[in-house]
Amino acid sequence: MRITVTVDGTTYTDEVEPRQLLVYYLRETLGKTGTVVGCDTSNCGACTIHLDGHSVKSCSVLAVQADGAEVTTIEGLARDGELHPVQRAFHDNHALQCGFCTPGMIMQTLDLLADDPDPDEHAVRHGLEGNLCRCTGYQNIVRAVRDAADRMRPGAGPAAERLADDSRQMVGGE
Amino acid sequence: MIPTAFDYLAPSTVDDAVRVLADAGEDAKVIAGGQSLVPVLRMRLAAPTTLVDLGRIAELRGIRDDGDALVIGAMTTHHDVRRDPLVATHTALLRAATDTVADPQVRHRGTFGGALAHADPAGDLLAPALALEAEMVVCGMDGRRAVAARDFFVDYFTTALRPDEILVEVRVPKHTGWGAHYEKFSRVAQAWSIVAVAAAVQAEDGVITQARVGLTNMSSVPVRAHAVEDALVGRPATVESIRAAAELAAEGTRPAGDGNADVAYRQHLARVLTTRALVTAVGA
Repeated sequence: MRITVTVDGTTYTDEVEPRQLLVYYLRETLGKTGTVVGCDTSNCGACTIHLDGHSVKSCSVLAVQADGAEVTTIEGLARDGELHPVQRAFHDNHALQCGFCTPGMIMQTLDLLADDPDPDEHAVRHGLEGNLCRCTGYQNIVRAVRDAADRMRPGAGPAAERLADDSRQMVGGE
Repeated sequence: MIPTAFDYLAPSTVDDAVRVLADAGEDAKVIAGGQSLVPVLRMRLAAPTTLVDLGRIAELRGIRDDGDALVIGAMTTHHDVRRDPLVATHTALLRAATDTVADPQVRHRGTFGGALAHADPAGDLLAPALALEAEMVVCGMDGRRAVAARDFFVDYFTTALRPDEILVEVRVPKHTGWGAHYEKFSRVAQAWSIVAVAAAVQAEDGVITQARVGLTNMSSVPVRAHAVEDALVGRPATVESIRAAAELAAEGTRPAGDGNADVAYRQHLARVLTTRALVTAVGA
């Protein structure tokens, strides 16, 4: 079946089998391996992407269901070689140990911050409940999300602001 | 993990969906948000020959005010149910239960109608639908019919939907001004309910005038705790009267025992969680 999907700003048209999962379309057909397969059981959230502006687990969506949709992956966040403020915050706060959950954590963080630009610790933990870190590195992840919220606050600085404005158009939505 | 091969159809109207479903035969399966079905396909616990996707049918989405009831399109996502001001005002119990469904990503894809039609006894929306006396509007080759929630849930993962029927919308009677709470017990974040209790209470001048209590995962289908409801009516909206009524919560229930909880523990949970749900619902 032929599908047309816009991924990270580029439109692709491909023949796919109806049974192909969106995550495998992204990884194997488009080569976008930044989105990873963690558990393959819908629990871990490592494969989180944005589908038409909302976070979803791409292992639980068929590629054919994304026909006509706009997808943003972790690979679509950086601009002109500059990391997105959320990526930067994860880096600076060492919000990773093995790093496997990081793409999903960051994509879900964007969704959370689009919804609640200044989440307290409880809201962060609740907002990331669909993402598991098997290294149990949650302390620094929570710290990074709160730091990212600070960086993306209006008036936080010209660079962060410019990127944050871009990201609001590209991802999150509400 | 990769599902077995299937044909995929994405009709754009309810009439088309019903027709292609009937044509596709008994090994066809309807997919709504897919948050239960795609994992099932992936694990090859099901191998339908045809998938009929309702995701392209605009008329199945949205929530409208219909006088004494809200009408919720079957393909309305949990995310949209949670955000809807009509739901918050008129069916607060549904809002409270939807808040606890899975996680944000799943709530973006998963649908109200899909969860009801899937009929997992641990699903969080069945007991609220039963307690609020919702009515399912279903459509098949013979046209539309309405099925009361108490008749809709038949057994584990089994509803009154016939093979050629789809769930179109759900009429939820307004319970405006009622206190409501959904109290869920599970071991870890995003886990299914081991037991949960849906409670909605109407009180006037500190006296309970009407009560609705639904139990999740205390049987193969959601259960109304009628004994608790009856014991509450006419009683003061206090912790004491709630405690006394909640003692009856497990009466007549026959929950399954499993690795999470045996029968006696589930019945204990039903009493404890009913107390908590009611106390929060009435603000006692």
